[in-house]
Amino acid sequence: MRLRSPDFWSGLALAALGGYTVYTARGWEYLGQDGPGPGFFPLWYGIAMLALSLLLVVKSGGEAVSWKGAGRAFATWGAFAVSVVLLKLAGFVVGFAALTFFMVAVMYRRPLAVAALVAIGTTGAFYLIFPLALGVQLP
Amino acid sequence: MEIFGGLLQGFALALQPVNLFWCFVGVFLGTIVGIMPGLGPPATIAMLLPLTFLMSPASAMIMLAGIYYGAKYGGSTTSILLNVPGESASVVTCLDGYQMARKGRAGAALGIAAIASFIAGTVGVLGLMLVAPPLARFALAFSSPEYFGLMALGLAMVVLLAGRSMVKALLAMLLGLWLAGIGTDLFSSESRFTFGSLELLSGIDFVVVAIGVFAIGEVLANMEEATPAEPLPIPKGLRNLLPTLQDLKDCRFAFAQGSVLGFVIGVLPGAGSTIASFISYGVEKAFSRRREQFGTGVVEGVAAPEGANNSETGGALVPLLTLGIPGSGTTAILLAALVLWGFKPGPLFIADNPSLFWSLVASMYIGNVMLLVLNLPLVPIFAQVLRAPAYVLFPIILGVSIVGVYTTSSSMFDVACLAAFGLLGYLMRKLDYPSAPLILGLVLGGAMERALRQSLMMSDGSLTILVARPISAVMLSFALLILLIPVFSKANAWRQKLLS
Repeated sequence: MRLRSPDFWSGLALAALGGYTVYTARGWEYLGQDGPGPGFFPLWYGIAMLALSLLLVVKSGGEAVSWKGAGRAFATWGAFAVSVVLLKLAGFVVGFAALTFFMVAVMYRRPLAVAALVAIGTTGAFYLIFPLALGVQLP
Repeated sequence: MEIFGGLLQGFALALQPVNLFWCFVGVFLGTIVGIMPGLGPPATIAMLLPLTFLMSPASAMIMLAGIYYGAKYGGSTTSILLNVPGESASVVTCLDGYQMARKGRAGAALGIAAIASFIAGTVGVLGLMLVAPPLARFALAFSSPEYFGLMALGLAMVVLLAGRSMVKALLAMLLGLWLAGIGTDLFSSESRFTFGSLELLSGIDFVVVAIGVFAIGEVLANMEEATPAEPLPIPKGLRNLLPTLQDLKDCRFAFAQGSVLGFVIGVLPGAGSTIASFISYGVEKAFSRRREQFGTGVVEGVAAPEGANNSETGGALVPLLTLGIPGSGTTAILLAALVLWGFKPGPLFIADNPSLFWSLVASMYIGNVMLLVLNLPLVPIFAQVLRAPAYVLFPIILGVSIVGVYTTSSSMFDVACLAAFGLLGYLMRKLDYPSAPLILGLVLGGAMERALRQSLMMSDGSLTILVARPISAVMLSFALLILLIPVFSKANAWRQKLLS
């Protein structure tokens, strides 16, 4: 067992999910008059998840994960999450154009003019292909 | 002789200019629908249904079937080029197809997908033509215990989809089962793992998880590099873009087993092309001499699932036409169309409507040739997508993913879930958890639970029903054998070590 191992922490997280699954499934009917209840299947996969994740925790070791560059990935994910909110509030054109602009200008450090061009170009292409050509509704 | 005469009659009808035209429209639309994630054949066929009242039933059926099998061709394109599964059955194609694209072999992957689809699609039509009635009777012998056996066999494939750690693969599969359990229990109406959310009552759509984990996860992993990655390499010239003779030789077994497995699984109502593609990939890997290279861009890893998911189409038409049982969303709409046109799909359908049946069969041969002719020349054009710089390509992938998810359900909640599963996909990559077992658990979880509970209801709670029936016993035995593969491999490794 190694506290700094990613297997240790991911195993713990999955053990927590397994424990929660077992705990919740015990509140549902296991076997009823008509056969297995809603708690039957979740109880068993919850137990399996708990057992295997604890095994992973106990056996944890091995190579450390390099988190170099993960900040950029998380920043992109954050921008994507914000754009989902923007999609809901302002629609696809604004939300997606803002996301594209951010990725090109901030994450890839391209000139602002290039970022604006890519944002307008890709959003325009999406608009032309989906709602106009295919009749598919955008968010 | 009866078959030969029927087929000739079918070709005479299918080769009429009007039917050729509708066949082309169907396969072309199907290819487009397959390429667009989220825009599936059921929605397209449903949208076009009112139009078919202006056509003859034969032309309409030819066009709608064209959309159905054409979508299977198109589904591989975004899986290979962008790691975005165009439709659920193309998830497995991402595993090796996208890796081939990263190695500069996108053209070969697209080409082999088209060729596998053509071969398997043709085998599927042959099966539909030759063995429809007896296979339909075999499908009728399938009850809940047999379905449980089939699902168990599918889940056992996790052993073959595992990366370096079997424990992590099993945990990913269990997470998939947990996700499949979210929503309202169909038997008791109990809401499970919904955390009080109304949106979660109907469960989590497979498309949301697959696109999130594969496509968004891939983009996030690529975003770690500060300098834009070089565009993926593309060889010059059509000759270098298409599969080599060695590729075709390597795929012989994949073409054959994918075609047969896909057709047989397609005959079983409810099994579906996603399961067919997973099982076919697993079988290919199990029997391959370069098993350890699967997932790194092996050409058979594209041919097997693509073959299976195309052959499944022919199989799925068997219970539809001979029993009147639709096995999937698309065949349910085709059934509705047949009923609306005044036909009665069932045991007498072929005998009562020979010209409709045989023109459909003949049109599927013609449609498969059209698809090959349509798709192979498009390979170089599609491959150009990879020339786009990273700062253009990645936003496009995110946009296609959003549109794909939104068109499936028109739900912003699903788009928010897409972001969450994207993060999960990225973390799984970082922590070395394989993604395919998660999808496998999610696809099979609901159906497996249903089959198990129905089986236990049939037997008053006795598990012996699962092994007392021959078909389920055989399938469970195969599942057990597959699960024991790692044990055999380890024992073999120890033996080799001892000998040396």
